[in-house]
Amino acid sequence: MNRTVTIGLTVNGNPVERAVEPRLHLADFLREELHLTGTHIGCEHGVCGACTVLMNGDSVRACLTFAVQADGAEITTVEGLGRVDDLSPLQQAFREHHALQCGFCTPGMLMTALDMIRKQIPPTQAAVRDALSGNLCRCTGYQFIVDAVVAVLAANVDTKEGDG
Amino acid sequence: MADPRPSMRIGPFDPNARPKIVGARVQRLEDPRLLAGAGRYTADIKLPNMAHVAFLRSDRAHARIARIDRAAARTLPGVVGVYVAADLYEFVTPPRAASKTAGFVSTPVLPLADGKVRHVGEPVVAVVANSRHIAEDAAALIDLVLEPLPAAVDPEAAAQDGAPLLHEAEGTNVLVDRTLGRGDIDAAFASAAATVGGRYRMTRKSPSPIEARACVADWDGGRRALTLHSATQVPGIIRDTICEVFNLPGNRVRVLAPDVGGAFGSKGCLYPDEMVACALSIMLGRPIKWVSDRLEDLVGTYQAFDEHVEAHLALDGEGRILGVRAEAIGDVGAYSIYPWTAAMEPVQVISFLPGPYRMPAYHARTRAVATPKTPMGAYRGVGRPMAAFVMERLIDLGARKLGIDPLEMRRRNLVQPHEFPYKTGSGIVWNRAGFTESLEAAVKHIGYDALRAAQEKAREQGRMVGIGLACYAELTGIGSRIAVAPGAPINTGIESATIRIDATGSVVAAFGIASHGQGLETTLAQVVAEELGCRIEDVEVLHGDSTLVAHGTGTYASRSTILAGGAATLAARAVRKNVLHVAAQLMEVAEADLEMADGRVFVAGTDKALPLREVARTFYQDVSRLPKEVREDYELEATRSFDPYFGTTAAATHIAVVEVDPVTWGVTVLRYVVAEDCGRIINPMIVEGQVHGGVAQGVGVALLEEVVHDADGQILSASLVDYLLPTAVEIPAMDVLHVESENPDNLTGFRGMGEGGTIGAPAAIANAVADALAPLDVDVTTLPLTPERIFRLVEAAKAARRTT
Repeated sequence: MNRTVTIGLTVNGNPVERAVEPRLHLADFLREELHLTGTHIGCEHGVCGACTVLMNGDSVRACLTFAVQADGAEITTVEGLGRVDDLSPLQQAFREHHALQCGFCTPGMLMTALDMIRKQIPPTQAAVRDALSGNLCRCTGYQFIVDAVVAVLAANVDTKEGDG
Repeated sequence: MADPRPSMRIGPFDPNARPKIVGARVQRLEDPRLLAGAGRYTADIKLPNMAHVAFLRSDRAHARIARIDRAAARTLPGVVGVYVAADLYEFVTPPRAASKTAGFVSTPVLPLADGKVRHVGEPVVAVVANSRHIAEDAAALIDLVLEPLPAAVDPEAAAQDGAPLLHEAEGTNVLVDRTLGRGDIDAAFASAAATVGGRYRMTRKSPSPIEARACVADWDGGRRALTLHSATQVPGIIRDTICEVFNLPGNRVRVLAPDVGGAFGSKGCLYPDEMVACALSIMLGRPIKWVSDRLEDLVGTYQAFDEHVEAHLALDGEGRILGVRAEAIGDVGAYSIYPWTAAMEPVQVISFLPGPYRMPAYHARTRAVATPKTPMGAYRGVGRPMAAFVMERLIDLGARKLGIDPLEMRRRNLVQPHEFPYKTGSGIVWNRAGFTESLEAAVKHIGYDALRAAQEKAREQGRMVGIGLACYAELTGIGSRIAVAPGAPINTGIESATIRIDATGSVVAAFGIASHGQGLETTLAQVVAEELGCRIEDVEVLHGDSTLVAHGTGTYASRSTILAGGAATLAARAVRKNVLHVAAQLMEVAEADLEMADGRVFVAGTDKALPLREVARTFYQDVSRLPKEVREDYELEATRSFDPYFGTTAAATHIAVVEVDPVTWGVTVLRYVVAEDCGRIINPMIVEGQVHGGVAQGVGVALLEEVVHDADGQILSASLVDYLLPTAVEIPAMDVLHVESENPDNLTGFRGMGEGGTIGAPAAIANAVADALAPLDVDVTTLPLTPERIFRLVEAAKAARRTT
């Protein structure tokens, strides 16, 4: 149980090396080892999407990914987007459209939206609703989240989020 | 693009006279930190030397605890200790939820199961270790032997004489039995031209905020002081309760609710784990952290809406209501919740069942029955979603029987503008609110007549399209005259605000409420900025900390804008008065000539002005410019409390358009319109967000969500694969219309609206599905309307037709 494996990865552009238990999942690794508590844990069985991060550019459930699987990977978390005093266009769109209430699902929503932006899905309500269907929000009823993501897709914003 | 969310006003709010800050679509002040991943939720808290607790929970509904063998768990490296109920009683006196309601049967809130377990998921053993992983490893090594006891899982069986008892000492499973009403109900039914009725069922729900519950208890042995960080809506209530449970004075207990990831009522009461974490922290002298995982949340967090209601409606020949008779049973689970009691939800069902309708005669009985299930607590709407579902189904059944359009039925029966204040059959008084105005606004917006014509056309094509209306009224911002929970010994009718301008000129507004997604940091800052005359960015709203005000009970029951907003208004006005007095002295002008706005005090019509910052700095720092008497007698600080006494009426009409798929029997919501009246709006954007979220939860109630138990009380829906929360695909786009009616009876004109969406949506969707299925002679009585449930209804109707 105490056997550890040394992994090396890049998180938000910073190289990281740690010895971890094989059973440690990526969300716990980010939160407990790296103190990146912006990635939230909502269900730990892959349904709610709150823990969504980008791994080598694709969205993944950090609760269903072991930290050892991220060895050698590039990880982007919500902390890799804009800062509190310098929000990215996607984050700003969420604010303008009131796309968050309690904020707990928000990091996962942002990372899933970033995946949509990078994959240039059509800027339609239907396409965005479909692509958001793996992320649960209990507060907003989704409409303003969909509006925010459609607006960013429509503006075809090419920003630092595009190369996260 | 046309604004899909037009506004209409029936109040006196002249947009030109309207203040700039209250009423504006202000972007939320809490957003930047939450968007940047810089929020601080309870699970994010790490304290030096912190240990973690994991619970071994019951996997039986009702069983005697025959053996707990802790030896193997204790020897696992990293384990600090393994504890059962008896280990905690040195520190904990379990509280009992009490009520003044006649015949109320009280039950305790136990930190850990003692002697027997009463529901699946009840915590039995607490394991403390240096990490959560180790604590869970050790919990798996405990040998817990449970010997099953007979159980009455069905509440109607549990209410019978001779049923197996959950709390033997109480001699009954019926915790509450209450009747209320008025008028001659027998005469109403005897004289009726038509009667309709049915047995209605809203199955058990799990509130399921995306942040599951969590707490960190931190005992300071030196100061003999306890700090509890908890994902709670009610830090003040938890503080007051912890003081009693642990026999500590209030100045030695601090309860902090940091960023809270949604709650919807489920984080509004004391939980066993909060007591356990505090007891263990005191016992061990270390901070103790507990974070619920989702599986624990689905069995341990208090559940909701589990009721059976039989109801009948008597109508005259024109479809006017003569009377309603209702008999409700609430399946309240194993224990009364603290402090609200098992009476809250089942009593609210019959209190609000008359809804916004005129009703000369009403008679209702409700019983709260204990069963071996997770306790039933508060969830958005509390009782009113069931009440509206039943009443709105009865209205539609009556309309159908008499051949009257459902819209016309509502027009004939809603309390009319000239009839306010109107006392309902259950004794609730509705003050003037936009009952008819919200109905007409929704009907106009959706184009009701054209919609009915389109539905006819769709039916001719063999499509099953339905239109459902639901009207409701709710009592929000409840004052001291009325109890949030019947008979509970707690004053929910008042809140305080302290507003202080400090030596730097910045404004702090401190409250006893606790925002957990509603955006109260923004809306209360809007109120303070408006009333004080400063800029919104100069106001820091503090909340979620029991030390901020002497007494405050938190955020629940659609109360915070009304109570905290009222207190903020009074406190801001008091501070403003003193600022102007001080500024008048500094500027050597008459106080009456001064105004304050945007953080500046100025003489109207001149360029003579002084920044608030300068007034404050001079007041506190420059002893030469103000006489000692002014500096002693005036403070740039005020605490005020607000008690709305009765409460304010809020109302809305929901219209849903649905289509049922004839192959899968799945329901798609095609359109959704809400016209709501929450009085004077502080921030329309936030109101719309609250309505959307409430409706989404109502869609879950109507179509998806169901906590399922088997005949032994085993819970079969303990994951999010089995308990279905709505996703972006199931939730429709919604149009929200604002009917801002005036409310001269209330200081601010605000009405509460946090819960409304969840009250109207189940009823509107149930009526829409029933309307879609009407050609098949199917009645809708049970929610959620899953494809399987609809399929079975349709098959049963077919079978019934074959036999007749």
